[in-house]
Amino acid sequence: MSEELPQQLSEGRRSATAASLADGEWHRLHRASPLLKGGIALIAILGVVITNMRERLIQAFVPQYTEGGDPVDFVFEGGLVGWALLAVAIVLVALLIGFWASWRMHTFRITEEVVEVRSGIVFRTHRRARLDRIQGINIARPFIPRLFGAARLEISQAGQDANVQLAYLGSTAADELRREILRLASGTREQREARIADASGGSLLETRVGEFLAPELDPDEAPPESIVRIGIGRLIGSVLLSTSTLVLIGGAVAIIVVVITTDEWGFLFGLVPAVIGFGSYWIQRFTRTLRYSIAGTRDGVRVGYGLLSTTNETLPPGRIHSVVVDQPLLWRAAGWWEIKVNRASQATAQNASAAVANTTILPVGDHQDVMNVLRLLLPDLTDLDSVRLIEAGMAPHGRSGDGFVNSPRRAAWLRWFSWRRNGFAVTMDAFFLRRGAVWRELVIVPAPRVQSTSIEQGPLGRMTRLATVHLHTVAGPITARLGAVDVDAASAFFAETAGLLVDAAARDRSHRWGASDSSAESDTDSPVTPMSSADSAATPAEAHVEPRREEGPGL
Amino acid sequence: MTTHLDPPGIQWRRVSSKYIAAELLSGVLFWGVVIAVALVLYLLVDVEWAIWVVWGALAFLVLGAIFTARQVRAYGYQLRDDDLVVRRGIMFLRVVSVPYGRMQLVDINRGPLMRWLGLSELKFVTAAAASAVVIPGLPEFEAEALRDRLVELAESRRAGL
Repeated sequence: MSEELPQQLSEGRRSATAASLADGEWHRLHRASPLLKGGIALIAILGVVITNMRERLIQAFVPQYTEGGDPVDFVFEGGLVGWALLAVAIVLVALLIGFWASWRMHTFRITEEVVEVRSGIVFRTHRRARLDRIQGINIARPFIPRLFGAARLEISQAGQDANVQLAYLGSTAADELRREILRLASGTREQREARIADASGGSLLETRVGEFLAPELDPDEAPPESIVRIGIGRLIGSVLLSTSTLVLIGGAVAIIVVVITTDEWGFLFGLVPAVIGFGSYWIQRFTRTLRYSIAGTRDGVRVGYGLLSTTNETLPPGRIHSVVVDQPLLWRAAGWWEIKVNRASQATAQNASAAVANTTILPVGDHQDVMNVLRLLLPDLTDLDSVRLIEAGMAPHGRSGDGFVNSPRRAAWLRWFSWRRNGFAVTMDAFFLRRGAVWRELVIVPAPRVQSTSIEQGPLGRMTRLATVHLHTVAGPITARLGAVDVDAASAFFAETAGLLVDAAARDRSHRWGASDSSAESDTDSPVTPMSSADSAATPAEAHVEPRREEGPGL
Repeated sequence: MTTHLDPPGIQWRRVSSKYIAAELLSGVLFWGVVIAVALVLYLLVDVEWAIWVVWGALAFLVLGAIFTARQVRAYGYQLRDDDLVVRRGIMFLRVVSVPYGRMQLVDINRGPLMRWLGLSELKFVTAAAASAVVIPGLPEFEAEALRDRLVELAESRRAGL
């Protein structure tokens, strides 16, 4: 790989088509990127600092100037107009050069195998990510960049903050680039029909407005209608009936009791920060969930959120490590559920604004919505048996013959309320864990994603002949662990699972989800071919030298 | 020791009995320091309650010594056709099965005490933190042979995440 940049680099702007951005050459981002990434904030902060510390700054640099009078007058009277203008000009030019340099040094390229980003002026970073290991591609449009018609493309990989960011690209270029990257990653050999960019001759303003109001889901790629619609009433209801409301009410009751018993009205002020805190949480959750949409595309599920700042993310097949369908207590009357997932890409708290690891897939939905979303998330589980298991998993009680292996009666010692619901079911493709009576949960773990499994028993379990089974997946909001299972059932589960995991991993082809069977064979990356073992023992360094080689399956 | 949680037909390979000595020694070192500090406090600084710390530490030391041998003998592992099975614990029993293809890396750790006794700890890391597959107290050569064998098996059965 040569360090020389070609003289003529195309920019990630609206004019550049995606095909030319994903052609394996180095490209630059949108020209306004440094400004959008923090330049505006920097200038605003500088302005605030200068206005607040005007007197002191002037004292520091121009000691002759004495207090009183307007500095502008001083400048005029002293004949210093030229110097003042020069200083301002120097600062501006320095800023512009800095922005220009950071824009110029920030390049990316997308080849058949990897996506690479180089950035930084003094501290250079170079990040390279394999395409078949993509965990999801997110397009975020924060409010101000959105006004400028720019979008941030985030390619998440497995690991903490292991994402490749392209900030910023032109809005349409980002959409097309995502489609192109997903095509390359999917392993489809045939070129998909390139969409003819609508070269409408409208004014700049018209295209901006068009982009701003454009639906979150590209109508050409996804069915235009989201399969779930969250009405404003349901959204408000779901936020107000959340568990945090219970906590707030509990706190309020406690404080009122304290006030009444001690007659100290001052305690009431303790409520103020709590109300402010919960209020902002509610509003944040509310605005985030506005304009929620979810739809299936050829390259996975696409989930969109947000009113002013929007994000929408495509999760390719096989990137969801476990799914939970749960129902907080207060939602039961309304029959609402939420769906969360475990994903291999995680964001730390500092980087949470990047909204990478978005684990809530369905913020609130009724029974039918849940079934629709699950069909998208887990396309393997659409057969009648699986659907029946999902239905049984959401039922209030377990019954004999519902497909689940339920806990025995003696489990009531350990699971006072939920022993009737506590149970598991196993199919060829997935594990189902049903638990919780107050907070009902159904955990579904696709078999190819389970890393390992364990069975545990403590002293209490020994006394009651119960055990705990645990399916280990990547970290996330879900722990696929089921306690108080009959010890013989648990042993049988453990024995069966060990074989099932190996088979499921061998059958799994989702790392190149678009590759047809014939091309998958020619890829020589079958996960169970011992022949390739010598080859694939390559160290990462070797893989860098020769990025074209097909390695083992992706994440 | 076989209990009914063990998979049928399994032949556990045990860890070195030298590991009992290592565990005992590290227990004695830890509680010895606690007892020494508490005794100093009690005898020289006249802190009344420090004597209870001494008794407590002694009790822990004795209890630990009683259970250590059984605990170490409760560790077991076996390489089956497609997965590694590891068990541990008497009071809190845990058996974990991890397919070879799920390996991300294998660690071998050696503390100063363990190095002196010629022992190593082998850690099989998967993408799930919950897996926690650790086999302590293996003789050095055995740990290294096991590591190479595991890497070899993992390569022939590669699986994704």
